[in-house]
Amino acid sequence: MNLVSPPSPAVGEATHLKRLKQQRVMPGFGLTLGLTMLYLSLIVLIPLSSLFFKTFTLSADDFWIAVSSPRVMASYRLTFGAAFLAALFNLFTGLLLAWVLVRYDFPGKKIVDALVDLPFALPTAVAGIALTALLAGNGWLGSYLEAWGITIAFTPAGVVVALIFIGIPFVVRTVQPVLEDAEKELEEAATCLGATPWQTFRYVILPTITPALLTGFAMAFARAIGEYGSVIFIAGNMPMVSEITSLIIIGKLEQYDFAGATAVAVVMLVGSFILLMIINLLQAWQRRRAGMKS
Amino acid sequence: MSTTHKSLRTARADSKAKWVRRLLITTALLFVFLFLVLPLAAVFTEALRKGVGVYFASLTDPDSLAAIRLTLFITAIVVPLNLAFGILAAWAVAKHDFKGKSLLITLIDLPFSVSPVVAGLVYVLVFGANGWFGGWLLAHDIKIIFAVPGMVIATVFVTLPFIARELIPLMQSQGSDEEQAAIVLGATGWQVFTRVTLPNIKWGLIYGVILCNARSMGEFGAVAVVSGHIRGQTNTMPLQVEILYNEYQSAAAFAIASLLALLALLTLLIKTFVEWRQHQSEQLLARGLS
Amino acid sequence: MKKLTLVVFSTLSLLASSVSFGQTTLLNVSYDVAREFYKDYNAAFVEHYKKTTGKDIKIDQSHAGSSAQARAVNDGLEADVVTMNTTTDVDFLASTGVVAKDWAKQFPYDASPTTSTMLFLVRHGNPKGIKDWSDLIKPGVKVIVVNPKTGGNGRMAYLAAWGQIRKSGGTDAQAQEFVTAMFKNVPILAKGGRDATSIFLQRNIGDVLITFESEVVSVNREFGEGKVDVIHPSASIITENPVAIVERTVNKKGTREQAKAYLDFLYSDQGQEIAAKHAIRPRSPAILAQHADIFKPIQLFTVADYFGNLSEAQKIHFNDGGLFDKIYTTGK
Repeated sequence: MNLVSPPSPAVGEATHLKRLKQQRVMPGFGLTLGLTMLYLSLIVLIPLSSLFFKTFTLSADDFWIAVSSPRVMASYRLTFGAAFLAALFNLFTGLLLAWVLVRYDFPGKKIVDALVDLPFALPTAVAGIALTALLAGNGWLGSYLEAWGITIAFTPAGVVVALIFIGIPFVVRTVQPVLEDAEKELEEAATCLGATPWQTFRYVILPTITPALLTGFAMAFARAIGEYGSVIFIAGNMPMVSEITSLIIIGKLEQYDFAGATAVAVVMLVGSFILLMIINLLQAWQRRRAGMKS
Repeated sequence: MSTTHKSLRTARADSKAKWVRRLLITTALLFVFLFLVLPLAAVFTEALRKGVGVYFASLTDPDSLAAIRLTLFITAIVVPLNLAFGILAAWAVAKHDFKGKSLLITLIDLPFSVSPVVAGLVYVLVFGANGWFGGWLLAHDIKIIFAVPGMVIATVFVTLPFIARELIPLMQSQGSDEEQAAIVLGATGWQVFTRVTLPNIKWGLIYGVILCNARSMGEFGAVAVVSGHIRGQTNTMPLQVEILYNEYQSAAAFAIASLLALLALLTLLIKTFVEWRQHQSEQLLARGLS
Repeated sequence: MKKLTLVVFSTLSLLASSVSFGQTTLLNVSYDVAREFYKDYNAAFVEHYKKTTGKDIKIDQSHAGSSAQARAVNDGLEADVVTMNTTTDVDFLASTGVVAKDWAKQFPYDASPTTSTMLFLVRHGNPKGIKDWSDLIKPGVKVIVVNPKTGGNGRMAYLAAWGQIRKSGGTDAQAQEFVTAMFKNVPILAKGGRDATSIFLQRNIGDVLITFESEVVSVNREFGEGKVDVIHPSASIITENPVAIVERTVNKKGTREQAKAYLDFLYSDQGQEIAAKHAIRPRSPAILAQHADIFKPIQLFTVADYFGNLSEAQKIHFNDGGLFDKIYTTGK
């Protein structure tokens, strides 16, 4: 005979649900979070910490000299500035591309869809060489642009173009699945209620895809900061003008100044971490505002 | 309202919508042409500059074949690992509430922003002869750095965020209503995942895998630092491209680059095929039910 | 009895086969553009080794930037020998004990069996009439050179430009003025030798390219003869290609004898001849003379003449805050 009789259905259900809410409604939290942190620690966090340890072998003075000399400061401005511009450009064009690919039909659509991944498949060096070939004074595009007095190759503008190229897939591929998933009924309801297409876009669609947009932007931005292979061919690499921070790090390695190299790398890492954190917090805030849970 | 008046109004609305449509498509196509088609054309032009014979000869050269094999091998290990991670991380982040979520997401994003030079350097600092585990590894004659394992790890690092970050916004936008319903109906965690979540995130998953795949095949910088560049043994396709280019064999270099581009296009072809097959089976099902 | 014979026989044959499978493999870690040379050289060496010792040997090659390779070997890459194009890289390995401290004395000619020098490449027909170093600082002349911060090629170009002022009787101050003026005429700092050539010949930027003599052969092969003219300036610098045995590896693998034989062969007539064919200057005067058509006479000075050694030059000129940096940060 049962010593503990189950509580009456109604009461039992209420307390059961209350207990669930206080713990977790969704299963597997501990397991998935634990494994995620383990993987992340082993592959990313612990190895990255080696940078900090190596940098600590420098005295505070040496560290400051290594990371704040004029050349290095100029490189930060170029690296972070160009990355931001490129990611911003990709934010808008990526949205446009994702929209066009999901909502419209046109000849050659499948090919365009396939091409979006090209910047990832091509080794960065190849992308760099191809872009330089296109934009240099005697290239297919470059010859036209130079006729109008616009020089792109071997200038900071070239850096931005290269960073745009390698960031194209991020926004497109993050927004595409969300758009494909979007419930058309909501939009149809809005139209029925008298919204113009623009209003429908602004108030119904945009909130749904904004997290994806911001995610894509953050990824494109992050990637652009660290990019080396494609930029190095088109940049010109003139100190104080068109030299990116990754090149400064390589220069230090070439001098066997390992601690100096890790010092600059640490600054880059902390800088990107802060910027990414801001973007992701922004995204979380926006989601709360839009009334979406978690 | 008379029918002519109504049809005029819809006709005007339609043409306005059509105009917007056309503009958007044209702009998108222009962007694609300038930024994607032209570079791709440049790659193929360079690859075929010395003729088709040289093109195929460069692809079948023993060093190139070794590079192709190694690239595929590394990718075959990296993608499943990051797929598992991506799903786990996305599940933790998107379906639960906890403090520090933005921090976790930022940590996942971090590998993107790390310059490939630094990414490789970091593993040298850990596994190299003068690194943390260097002595132990040497004593046990285990080769990680300057051998394939190091290259695998570096590639895992660089492509880690892809699938996770592809799934998170998707799963967040989907919410957890359906999963909660399933739980109330008595499903176990695993059942909830396989029967409810997985079908919903299918396309995000596929895109994420395609991106991760493409990137891991094309990764150059980080792998270059940890590879050792031993001909025929520790050169991947991107490394082989650089070598050939530096030896003034640019046609051969671009030939391999074009192969990488084709591989990327191939993965997308597979996706389209899967889409088409699914569409077929859905239609069959619909017909069967009707 | 039959079973025993079978066992003995199979064990013996297994042992025999493992002996023949015990082929030695050497790893030669080398610099970038040396593949073609070592392809030919290794084939010749394998044959030579078989003839003289009757044993088989296999050579694996690794090529990348010289300093990157040195760092890799230091971090554990199991090279049996290193064959570099910059002495500082081998010095670095000596400082960490990977290579013997007296490596330069272990082989003739400061352990440098071949050398090269820096020359000018100009457009066919030499439209700007560039004949010597002094032409490089003329207004309107664009010079393409490798970034000294990231490539040995560039460092040598810099030192050549500096040294030739000293050779013609100038002071260090005048040399610094010259080098500063020359780099003001540089619109792009190339990543490496190949990048510099590509900028000059494919992007068609610049009027003159300063690069290694050994590059000319490759350039002609890739871009076609008749695209460039080679200009020999009045004086230039000798760039050494040092070689060394990697103590750490040969001690572990027991391959010292083979590694030494491999490097010795570089000094043989056959080895020197192969170098000459690839436009790398042999040390042997006889073979050098035989190829006078490739190696035109030119006044040469060494690093030691004006700079002490490359490590000192590195500290003064190329390290962060050094004289090369000052070209770009002063007066801005």
